[in-house]
Formats: sequence, structure tokens, C-alpha cells
Amino acid sequence: MALLEIKNLHVEIDGKEILKGLDLTVNAGEVHAIMGPNGSGKSTLAYVLAGKEDYTRTAGEVLFNGKNLFDMAPDERAAAGMFLAFQYPLEIPGVATMTFLRTALNAQRKKRGDAELSTPEFIKRVRDLAGKLGIDQDMLRRAVNVGFSGGEKKRNEILQMALLEPRLAVLDETDSGLDIDALKIVADGVNSLRSPQRSFVVITHYQRLLSYIVPDIVHVLSGGRIVKTGGKELALELEARGYAEYQEEAAA
Amino acid sequence: MNAGVTPIKTAAETALAEAFAQARERLPGDDAVTAQRDVAFGVFARQGLPHRRVEEWKYTDLRALMREAKPLAAPPDAAAKAQAKSASALVGDVETRRLAFVDGAFVAELSDLKNLEQGLTVGSLAQALADGDPVLTAHLGKLAPSGDVAVALNTALMGDGAVIHIAAGATIERPLHLSFVASAKPAATFVRSLIVVERSARAMVIESHEGPPAADYQANAAIELFVGDQAHVDHVKLVGEGAEALHVSTLAAAIGARARFNSFSFVVGGAVVRNQLFLNFDGEATVAGIRSATLIKGRQHADTTLVANHIAAGCQSREVFKAVLDDEAHGVFQGRIIVRPHAQKTDAKMMTQALLLSERAEADNKPELEIFADDVQCGHGATAGALDDELKFYLMARGIPAAEAEALLIQAFLGEAIEGIEHAGLREALMDRVAAWLKARAS
Repeated sequence: MALLEIKNLHVEIDGKEILKGLDLTVNAGEVHAIMGPNGSGKSTLAYVLAGKEDYTRTAGEVLFNGKNLFDMAPDERAAAGMFLAFQYPLEIPGVATMTFLRTALNAQRKKRGDAELSTPEFIKRVRDLAGKLGIDQDMLRRAVNVGFSGGEKKRNEILQMALLEPRLAVLDETDSGLDIDALKIVADGVNSLRSPQRSFVVITHYQRLLSYIVPDIVHVLSGGRIVKTGGKELALELEARGYAEYQEEAAA
Repeated sequence: MNAGVTPIKTAAETALAEAFAQARERLPGDDAVTAQRDVAFGVFARQGLPHRRVEEWKYTDLRALMREAKPLAAPPDAAAKAQAKSASALVGDVETRRLAFVDGAFVAELSDLKNLEQGLTVGSLAQALADGDPVLTAHLGKLAPSGDVAVALNTALMGDGAVIHIAAGATIERPLHLSFVASAKPAATFVRSLIVVERSARAMVIESHEGPPAADYQANAAIELFVGDQAHVDHVKLVGEGAEALHVSTLAAAIGARARFNSFSFVVGGAVVRNQLFLNFDGEATVAGIRSATLIKGRQHADTTLVANHIAAGCQSREVFKAVLDDEAHGVFQGRIIVRPHAQKTDAKMMTQALLLSERAEADNKPELEIFADDVQCGHGATAGALDDELKFYLMARGIPAAEAEALLIQAFLGEAIEGIEHAGLREALMDRVAAWLKARAS
């Protein structure tokens, strides 16, 4: 059974159709890259999967682990193993990073019927993961993302992903705004989580990230539909030739 | 034909006049105090209860909100005292020196008067008035604005309260806790306290106001606080009145030079609450933090009115007022910063923010600056809005259920004000109280 199955998905926002019959199947253990020009619907797809309210589905279905994704609230999707690494992680003044992480982890564990982690166990786990991602203790003491640089925010997203251990991680332009060192740290974080049970959908505009997170399958999203699917070499092709031919195809 | 206009008195105004006429003779104090009461009552008699056409009371129409005046509270009986013993939940586990007032009267057996620290003198207002205490005579009525009707009624009808003196240079480690508790009787109390903190002394004063949920009592409390030069005073007001109660309270403070002064108000209880702060910065280079957190729901009405009067130069004041309003609750904030001509180099910033959790909740924010000096840094800001959906989605996308996500954001919102309290234990006690309020909301 596929972990994620998107069939003929049509989505609009404020009366404007963004996704126009999108099909995508992601099996357990696979890493898919979705590339495409600006405005093709990449971020919309990410938000729709995570459950953002502003979007209206007009047709199609999405099965996550065999269940109808649209029957689940965002927190239920997260507990079922969906994770979105935000393109623009939000700052939450007044909410300490550790409180945020613990509340999230324990809420998910509770929903799955697992026991909450003890405080020392939790702290140790966060510290170990933070160390690997080059996130210092001082950042963990601050409010969520407040005063973090762009790169720190992205690393914080990966820390959350590593802690929450999702079944499917959707990375929405996680490479944007990262310098090459930060990019490597983020990619290492993702690669260390790759497993036969876990899948990734890596949304990116550029090929660069895919040199570090090597995908199994590459899709081109244009005009709200997947217009081409291929192996990892497709990413290099796109880097060399651009999206122009696919944009024409989508418009046709 | 009578050409003059006869003001129509409301039932409450008539009852207050009768109560004063009956009580005038037996209220504590000598002839001079009685004369002071008469003058104050005259202010009320001329103005009546404040209503919406009185600018300072525009959003809290006391004439409409106060349908009747309750009779003056009788001295507390054994049952009332027993009930008051367990009260004061708001301060949590904080180790304080409690001074207990039940139905407006000082109760020595519920108070902790043992081993007073060096330099600390405490007593009851009734006793001080009866004794003609010179500290009291020198200070009483000197600070509270005499034209304010709530203060005038307090002065006219004050029965008891605390009188506290802290000698120059004394440091009082244990917070002083003025614990005002109402019993189940529908009665009116007028408590008046005087706190004099001399030069270079240090103290924390907590006043809490509590009562049973079903009793429709009326509490009018006022404190006059003198903060000497280089003194450091933290004042905390906790309003946890019962759900039917009418609460009007006033803090009038005069702050000396190079002092540190913090005031924090926490309003969670009461049907109608008017919390007044009149602060005079009389001495140079004082640093002050004035904050409040209000959490109301149902049909609760809570008004915080601040006048920060910068008279001397070089003072810094930070004002942060936060309100969380659910259901049909009505929150009011009126804040006026006045900078007098000599108060050059004043640095005053005021922020008021209301978080509306329901479409029927209402927030009225009125920040004002009146600046008569030309070299100052002053600013104010006001916001009112709903919870941020984007932030809520971010939390939910991490697995946090909607109610818990909202609770986290509300705690963060109020935390910004509550974190200004220097006492860690009290800070935690109030954050716990916020968590309990949110839990009740979610269930």
C-alpha cells in the first residue's frame, strides 16, 4: 500500500484554482522531489497536505496510510505521521522552544496511545539531536524562532522533524535562504532519518539541494499538475534547461 | 413654578446618601476626620455616580452598572472568618505576611503580626483613626484624587484598612499581603489603606480581593502609597472577586527620586471591575514598570484606568496592559501619560493589547499622551485582535490540538506582562492561575 496517494486533486484559494488535477503516489521509504517554477502550486500542495484552512478542495482525494486525509485536523495528521517543514517558519513570542517541542511530542504520543516522555529523557533527546544539527543550547532556551536567523529557523524545523519522527516529511523549500554549510547540515539531518518506513517529499526550486538529498523520483509540477516524472537525472536536466518547456505545456 | 433643575437620584445614589447619614457618627475618627468625610461626601452628592457622559468613566457607566447600593457590611461573624481562613488562592504558595480583612474589617486572628521585621510597623486603619495616629494624619487623603467619585465615596465611608510604615533603609523580605475577603453577605465595604515606604527602603505589597461566587457584594478599596527617594517597591493587585461582585479600587502613589517602582494588576474575577491607578513621579530618575493582565469571560466588565503623571525630570516608565476577552466580556483600558513642563528627558512607553477570543467580546482602548516638555521620548500603541491563525496552524501542524494551541498562545500573550513581576513564586502562581482559567475554558 502506498503511504501517500493523491488522485486528481483540485484545490482553490479565494476562488482561484491552483492545483488542477494533481496525481502523486509516494511509497514507504521513497524520497520524491517536486520541482517547478514559481506559482506552479508547490507550496499549496505542502499546505494542503498539512491541513491549512485557507484552501478549498473542489475535487479529488488524498489517502494517507490508507485513510482519507481530509477527515483529519492538522494535529491529527501530525499524530498520524505527517510533517511539514515550513518554507517560512513562524516566530512565536512568549512560547519557549523547549515547551513547544515537549507539548508537540507529548500531544502526538498521547494521541497514539504512547506514554509521555519523562523530563530528563526528553531533554536528553532534544540535546542530542540539537547537537547534531549545530543548534546551541541558547537557541533552545529562547522563544520559538524569535531572533533566529533564516538558517537557524530552517535547522529548527529539521530538529522538530527529527524529534517527532514522522512517516512522511514534506520539506517546502527548506533550502531557500541557506548557505552551503547550513545546507549540508540540513541535508545530513534529513539523510540520517531516511529509512525503509519513512518517506520524504522534497519541494525545491533548485537542483542544488538534491545533490545532498538524492531523490528516488523527481517530478515537475507546473500549472497545478505533475507534468513530468523521472529519475534523479531529471533534476540536472531541469537545472540546465529551465522550466520553460513545461510552462508552455501546462498552459496548452 | 420651580425653575431649578432637580437632579434625579438613582436608587443607588439615594441609598448611599442614607447609608452615609446613618453611619457618619459611628465611623472611626475624630472631628477632623469626620469633616474630611463630609467634604468627600459632598463631592459625591454634587456629581452623583459617574456615568457615560463623564469622560473618565465613559466606558464604565457606574450609574447604569450599579443598580442598587448594598448596606454597609456588618463586622464579620465567626462563620465569615472561618470561611476567609482558606481564601487567598491567588497568591499560591508564596510565603507572605498576611493581613486579613473580612467584609472590610481587619481580623487580627487571621493575620500574621508576629516577629515584625525591624523597621516595619503595621496596624489597622480603624485603630489608627481612633488613636489619631500622626503618620495617618500626615498622609491620609493627600494623594488620592479628591474629585474622583470612587475615591470620594471611599474617603466618606472608609471603615478599616491597613496602615503600614516602613522605616528608612529597611528591607522587608517577606511580601506584605493585604488579603481582602468578602463573605457570602450582599454588603458594601469601603477599605482604605495607607502605606508609607521611607527613603531607601525595600518592600513588596500584594493586595488580593476575593469573595464567594454567588454573593453580589460591592467592594471599594483604595490605597495611598508613598515611595521615598531611592526606595524599591513592588505592588501587586490581584482581583479575584466572585462572579457577581462589583469592585472599584484605586491605587494612588507618589514616587520619589531615583526609586524603583513596579505595579502589576491581575484581574480575573468580578462582574464589574474598575481598577484605577494614579501615579505621580515626583522625584527625578525613577524607573517604573506598570503592567496588567486581565482575563475575563461571560458578561464580565473590567476597566483599567491609569494616569501616570511625570512631574520630575529623567524618569523612565514602561506600561504594558494585556487583556484576554472571551464570550461577551468587555475590557476597557484608559491610559494617560502626562509629562509636566519640568519633566524633561522623560522616557515613557505604553502598550495596550487586547486579545478577543469571541466575536461578541469588546475591547475599548484609549491611550493618551499629554506632553508639556520638549525633550522627551514618549510613545504608545494599542492593538485589538483575534488569535493569530497562522501561529495556531503552525502549532497544530506539529500535533498540538486546537484548544491546547490556543492556550499556549494566550499564555504567551499574557506572559509578556506577567514576566515583569520580579517575584518568581508569584509569577508562577499567576501563570498557574492563567492555565486554570484556560483549562476551564476548554472544558
